Amino acid sequence: MTPLLSVRNVSKFYGSRIGCSDVSFDLWPGEVMGIVGESGSGKTTLLNSLAGQLTPDRGEVLFDTRADGMKDTVTMSEPERRMLGRTDWAFVHQHAHEGLRMNVSAGGNVGERLMAVGARNYGTIREEALDWLGRVEISGDRIDDRPSAFSGGMRQRLQIARNLVTGPRLVFMDEPTGGLDVSVQARLLDLLRGLVREMGLSAIIVTHDLAVVRLLADRLMVMKDGHVVEAGLTDQVLDDPQHGYTQLLVSSVLQV
Amino acid sequence: MSDYNFAYLDEQTKRMIRRAILKGLAVPGYQVPFASREMPMPYGWGTGGVQVSAATLTPEDTFKVIDQGADDTTNAVSIRKFFEKTAQVAVTEKTSEATVIQTRHRIPEEPLREGQILVYQVPIPEPLRFLEPSEVETRKMHALEEYGLMHVKLYEDISRHGHIATAYAYPVKVEARYVMDPSPIPKFDNPKMEMAGIQLFGAGREQRIYALPPYTQVVSLDFEDHPFDPSKAEHPCDMCGAEDSYLDEVIIDDAGGRMFVCSDTDYCATRQAAGHRGRLSAEAAE
Repeated sequence: MTPLLSVRNVSKFYGSRIGCSDVSFDLWPGEVMGIVGESGSGKTTLLNSLAGQLTPDRGEVLFDTRADGMKDTVTMSEPERRMLGRTDWAFVHQHAHEGLRMNVSAGGNVGERLMAVGARNYGTIREEALDWLGRVEISGDRIDDRPSAFSGGMRQRLQIARNLVTGPRLVFMDEPTGGLDVSVQARLLDLLRGLVREMGLSAIIVTHDLAVVRLLADRLMVMKDGHVVEAGLTDQVLDDPQHGYTQLLVSSVLQV
Repeated sequence: MSDYNFAYLDEQTKRMIRRAILKGLAVPGYQVPFASREMPMPYGWGTGGVQVSAATLTPEDTFKVIDQGADDTTNAVSIRKFFEKTAQVAVTEKTSEATVIQTRHRIPEEPLREGQILVYQVPIPEPLRFLEPSEVETRKMHALEEYGLMHVKLYEDISRHGHIATAYAYPVKVEARYVMDPSPIPKFDNPKMEMAGIQLFGAGREQRIYALPPYTQVVSLDFEDHPFDPSKAEHPCDMCGAEDSYLDEVIIDDAGGRMFVCSDTDYCATRQAAGHRGRLSAEAAE
């Protein structure tokens, strides 16, 4: 079996400052990888470098493409990378409005990726959009409403539907539950866990919320100051942290 | 002899514009940037079209200007006078006699023949603009042929109105490559864009020129289950009886009375001169 994504020594610098340094890991099909760390530890820089939104200064990001097998996404041509971005990849932003078209109806938002890959039948697109709204628990009669009329939790779920409609194989998530209240968070996590398992998705989730990774992630990387300080199975890392920073992180979680 | 250089613009500027036009003709539907000049009229009055006309006109040309199909509205009259004064070219209201036709929002009903040039005034040349505000991004989308977004606009139309409600500036695909804004012509005119004449588009404020060589394939975008429909009012013209022309609806009293007349004044007048009569023409009313 080959890994879906193979990251080799990825580094990104902002001038003389380190964004992230020498990160390597393999992500296997169906696996969910969590990346945790404090603000400014390079989590988002790493995620953007992997998803092609930033160009890393060093290293390779090999993705198992459907056509040509393992291919370095850093050096592939821009049309190819953008094509991946709307077919095999999905990117869920922390703020839903960054990932949605706020002046386009919910149905149009979900349908955009379908139309981008060539769907030209209104009835089919609409059916698919309705189906996906149902799967993310948005009622069908909201299909013609704009996301600006949606609550934060609904927007986030709409963003997820919009991303998953083309059946991607790899999902990048940047703090998918950030800024939502805990009950909405719980529902969203439940939904995400269901979708990930049901579709056999691989995902990379960046978050500072340990509860999120405990629920969703199979494996965990802990970052500090641009470096990966600890990596392993989620339960192992959280229950028996070895590195000083991880110990601090785990013990900082407030108990109710 | 007037004190103006021929057709107002200096020769270097006309040369620059001609270069943009030739590039546009070589890459049909591609928006070529050009250094648009200040013209002695406000933006929105056809500064782009005027510059393209100025670069295209020769002293032997016969010039016609139409505004919403009419030869006698303010915009048409002032632009016609402008070139009469600065280029001393012959002017006409007859589509068949003109060699260069500057138009705002219509294509003449009478088919153009080879050798005629149709110059459009374009307010916003970028068809993707209202969905994607970033110029960097729209240029990239054109370069990579990422046109899914254009269908999102049509999707929104159908979901809101039950049919594609875009009635003018209806997006087209040129030679299966570039998606192009045909300027705010009614979608009724879209099929006419596959014509024998040369079509040039000038956007003054947005500083873009694009073009269609003769017989270029122009396809209006649509969905399989909502095909393109070049609709018009379901009436014959009340003046000349034409059933195949694009009509303006005119309110004629305060009791709900209305009439439909050809928006192309030259077409209507030619037909009336040939003896065609409609419901409300003078003889019929007697």
